[in-house]
Amino acid sequence: MRIGLFVTCLTDTLFPDTGRAVVTVLERLGHQVDFPAGQACCGQMHFNTGYRREAVPMARGFAAAFGGYEAVVTPSASCASMVREYYPALAAEAGDNGLARAVAEVAPRTYELSVFLADVLGVTDVGAYFPHKVTYHPTCHGLRMLKVGDAPLRLLRAVRGLNLADLPDAEACCGFGGTFAVKNADVSAAICADKVAAVRRSGAEVLCAADNSCLMHIGGALQRQRSGVAVMHLAEILARTEGAAR
Amino acid sequence: MTAPAPHPGMPTYLGMPAFPAAARTAVADSQLRANLTHATHTIRAKRAGAVAELSDWEALRQAAKAIKDHTLAHLDTYLLRLEENVTRAGGTVHWAQDAGEANAIVAGLVRAAGADGVVKVKSMATQETGLNEALAADGISALETDLAELIVQLGHDRPSHILVPAIHRNRAEIREIFRREMPDAPAGLTDDPPALAGAARTHLRQAFLSAQVGVSGANFAIAETGSLVVVESEGNGRMCVTLPHTLISVVGVEKILPSWRDLEVFLALLPRSSTAERMNPYTSTWTGITPGDGPENFHLVLLDNGRTSALADRTGRQALRCIRCSACLNVCPVYERTGGHAYGSPYPGPIGAIITPLLRGITDPVDASLPFASTLCGACYEVCPVAINIPEALVHLRAKVVDAKREKTFSTERVAFDLSGRVLRSPRLLAAAQRAASASRKLVARKGRIRRLPPPLGGWTETRDAPAPPPESFRAWWARTRGDRS
Repeated sequence: MRIGLFVTCLTDTLFPDTGRAVVTVLERLGHQVDFPAGQACCGQMHFNTGYRREAVPMARGFAAAFGGYEAVVTPSASCASMVREYYPALAAEAGDNGLARAVAEVAPRTYELSVFLADVLGVTDVGAYFPHKVTYHPTCHGLRMLKVGDAPLRLLRAVRGLNLADLPDAEACCGFGGTFAVKNADVSAAICADKVAAVRRSGAEVLCAADNSCLMHIGGALQRQRSGVAVMHLAEILARTEGAAR
Repeated sequence: MTAPAPHPGMPTYLGMPAFPAAARTAVADSQLRANLTHATHTIRAKRAGAVAELSDWEALRQAAKAIKDHTLAHLDTYLLRLEENVTRAGGTVHWAQDAGEANAIVAGLVRAAGADGVVKVKSMATQETGLNEALAADGISALETDLAELIVQLGHDRPSHILVPAIHRNRAEIREIFRREMPDAPAGLTDDPPALAGAARTHLRQAFLSAQVGVSGANFAIAETGSLVVVESEGNGRMCVTLPHTLISVVGVEKILPSWRDLEVFLALLPRSSTAERMNPYTSTWTGITPGDGPENFHLVLLDNGRTSALADRTGRQALRCIRCSACLNVCPVYERTGGHAYGSPYPGPIGAIITPLLRGITDPVDASLPFASTLCGACYEVCPVAINIPEALVHLRAKVVDAKREKTFSTERVAFDLSGRVLRSPRLLAAAQRAASASRKLVARKGRIRRLPPPLGGWTETRDAPAPPPESFRAWWARTRGDRS
């Protein structure tokens, strides 16, 4: 299958290892991965902060970059839900019929990585090996907006050597919320404190999630506290194979 | 009906700080945090259990949504039908455009009844209008008879939760309030919950028996018969709506249901969502007056106070489906840390963050800050028994706040979002920004992390490290290693 990789602006800029890991996993499964260079940001930060009109050209850019692919895969449940859940409304609001048509065509074929692997391709064992104790945080947009269900957990359970630890109160938000973390930094930090405590209680060496935004948030607090717990995007765990050093 | 600034609709909430400042204070209050964590986690687990008992919960939820949407779309028809049927049953209907009108109508009715005090059923509508304060200014005392509302009233406090207004207090604090403020509190009162409830019961009993006027709200108003419904747990409401000679009910216009058949759906949803009970202990219903049984005079005050403005907002109008169950407050990660006072309104939590700006407008800084008081985690939408998409309404209201400020005032945030928007929609500019970030990584980061960012990002690095830019972006890596392929 010819897959367009939507790497997302955050992962592109700050976490390129995740993007490389997505390419590794998809190619290992025999698919052709393209990175359309015309892609930029999905516009979620602007949209969610109230700058809806600024988000419209970003939606146009996305539709132009990814039109024509059999599948568009992204390592972010949050950005995938922006495209799938909010692009149609955004196009209608902008009164842009061309954009509405393009969105109707591309949005249903835009998948978060774990959903694409486990539900679209029907693969849970991607040949990964990761001999570590890992806990998984289901991010809010994946859990409640995109409804990825247990796709990430099915993938993690199939990773050889991986010891999956329960995360207490797993479905609680980490307090990131995009610009919320800056506009209401004190509340955000208070919420994050409880998530960090839950991660520590899990006894895991590695916290895994399917969104680098939430991982950047929880990971930033884990690192500040010298917790010794690492954060890794799901794709990076799935990319690991026997013989590769952690 | 544009109201003059800031928000006369809820007069007792004037002059409060905007959410971020109020929340900062609340987050630092260890007693408040402990009380809230305990209370929200307890009710959260109970609700989940009560809801899981019903196999048709989602169908009930969709039915409730459909009934409310239908009713709101034909509000004019059903309101007139309600008025006609209340009048036919011997009641009198009054129409109040705002808080001031509603309070003046109630004060006039109390005086006409020859009374100088009222007993009250817990009511969000009268919290919204500041009725107690307005009556006090007219020399009329108002006694709250719901236990938690009584605690709030005796403590010279404000409610902090829709269903459990004293959720921010623990029993030791309640004992102190009773000992200090309740003249007939028994000597040696302990903080044992039955002892506290017993003290309140004794304190209220004489007031129930001697009250000339009762004031209530209503959970539902049934248009087809002109009947009102109050759902409660303590029995105080039953006494307030049956013992006094005169009963005055202040009811928001959105509380209407077309028929008794519709009520069934809501009586299945409301108790399980609010108190996690299969059915609440007391459900009182009455239709006008019944000679020889209950009040001889019944007045229904129908309150707008911003509701028709909210109805005109295509995305926001779904908030008028709210049945005030509080399920969204109990699951909200933000409410759990701040409590209700930070929201500057009798409606706190996720529903408050949308309904307050919808009712009051967004000109006041408090109201403009409320749509941003959320992580958009979606837990509120998931539990809402009438399927209000609160995250959707929040981002809609955020856009209204941003758009109202466009062209008007200079804003560094707007400049930042304009510039970042230009970069983030252009692959070329984004790549240039990434190259600049990678080049500066040795300057801004130490050991792979950033410990301090400048304002307005400084709030992040107070408690969290920020990631250092990598040596090259994904885009740059792709171009360098596979540039020939796309």
